[in-house]
Amino acid sequence: MKITELFERGEFVVSAEVGPPKGIHIEHLLEEAKTYLSGVTAVNVTDNQSSVMRLGSLATCKALKDEGLTPIFQLTCRDRNRIALQSDLLSAAMLGIENLLLLTGDHTKMGDHPQAKPVFDLDSVSLIHTVKLLEEGVDLGGNKLVGEPPKFAKGAVVSPCSDSVDAQLAKMERKVRAGADYFQTQAVYEPEKFIKFMEKAKQFGKPVQLGIVIPKSAGMAKYMNDNVAGIHVPQEMIDELKADKEKTKAGITGVEIAARIIKECKPYCQGVHIMALGWESKVPDLLKLAGI
Amino acid sequence: MLITELKSKETIVSLVEGKKVFIINCQGCKEVRFPEKEANALQKELAANGNVTGIITTDYICNPENMKLRLQKYADEIENADMILVFSCGVGVQTVAEYFEGKKVCAACDTYPLPGFQGVTPLEYDCKQCGECYLNLTGGICPITACSKSLVNGQCGGAKHGKCEVDSNMECGWERIYRRLAQLGRLDVLKCPTQIRNFATDDEVSKRI
Repeated sequence: MKITELFERGEFVVSAEVGPPKGIHIEHLLEEAKTYLSGVTAVNVTDNQSSVMRLGSLATCKALKDEGLTPIFQLTCRDRNRIALQSDLLSAAMLGIENLLLLTGDHTKMGDHPQAKPVFDLDSVSLIHTVKLLEEGVDLGGNKLVGEPPKFAKGAVVSPCSDSVDAQLAKMERKVRAGADYFQTQAVYEPEKFIKFMEKAKQFGKPVQLGIVIPKSAGMAKYMNDNVAGIHVPQEMIDELKADKEKTKAGITGVEIAARIIKECKPYCQGVHIMALGWESKVPDLLKLAGI
Repeated sequence: MLITELKSKETIVSLVEGKKVFIINCQGCKEVRFPEKEANALQKELAANGNVTGIITTDYICNPENMKLRLQKYADEIENADMILVFSCGVGVQTVAEYFEGKKVCAACDTYPLPGFQGVTPLEYDCKQCGECYLNLTGGICPITACSKSLVNGQCGGAKHGKCEVDSNMECGWERIYRRLAQLGRLDVLKCPTQIRNFATDDEVSKRI
């Protein structure tokens, strides 16, 4: 099932994210996904997230699909040239994986193989353009595909609380023009900024899923403020995480904060995307508290 | 060595259409093959339309001090022009664009690499001789050298406080490009078609020599 069909029906689409392990055993990932993510519509599978080498996104997508879940295949331009990217897209379609999230990707220097050659033959925009061509039955070299062309829901990302939000909107527009069908955002902790962003983004007429990362501790919030692009956790939230250490450690404070952000932003967006970062078990509580 | 080649005539004409133009030819480095004859012919055509405010043929415009000195006498011609069209390698165009930051500065050439000595250029700007100069789409800031990922369709989501995710001492090249285009009132350039790099430009050079 393509998640674009749900947006078209006006549904509020909830997705969550899982990261494949550094190894070949995914029983734990599948068990967690089945136990805690059965209430979400689709599950993103990250592609060597943060440039750390792991089990492949495509293989994990297939394993999730076999368990009855709807995977979203994340595909970055860091590790593959245009030939490998297109080949993996055809492979995905052949395996019945219909949802994509197309990204540029972190630089190789950010991860655990800083010596690796960064590829970036294409980027997020030209990758979206390439998928659209494949859907029309032609590859980027201008050659015709044999048989029925693949069809995907083409997702892209945008960073609504970035300190250069106008440049982000310009890039979002380029993605829309290239053929993006829907957007997932970087984690949002400042609803007022998100709402302002959505006022400008709605001109593009594409569904946007609010990005949520459950804050696990004051330390994590501070770390993100110092190191993660497009994220600013306000001081009040950091104070709230500090106030009751036991409650925060149990995940209750983080879930309360995340639920509040979802409630505040819900009228302005078309879905929510939860990046639990190991706290998948908190997702059901979060959805309940947020009233979804 | 480098080869500079004129961009297609249609491209150059579309850049200058309806605008008053000041033209700079840089013929400094012996290591650069400059399309002198073709450039002259094209410039004559442009001048025949009465829209050229001045033409200077000089050397080493990549050296900012030298460039300022050479252009001193042309202050009025430059002031009267809507834009500056530069016939040089990518470094020359970037130097002029940085100096005249409120003025539209365009590249008339693409730069291709050849083996051998690369000429003498200052360190501030770099030209990777990619053979498909993007400076006209980026306000004269090179996305190939100013962006760690050499992205040609806008910034990634990795910059924090304006600094690149790879190097916190390096400004995000695309944020610089966005600011420059905003300052020039040229943000509409970002609505250009999706750019896809051509890594086969070496083949094109070999066809030409």
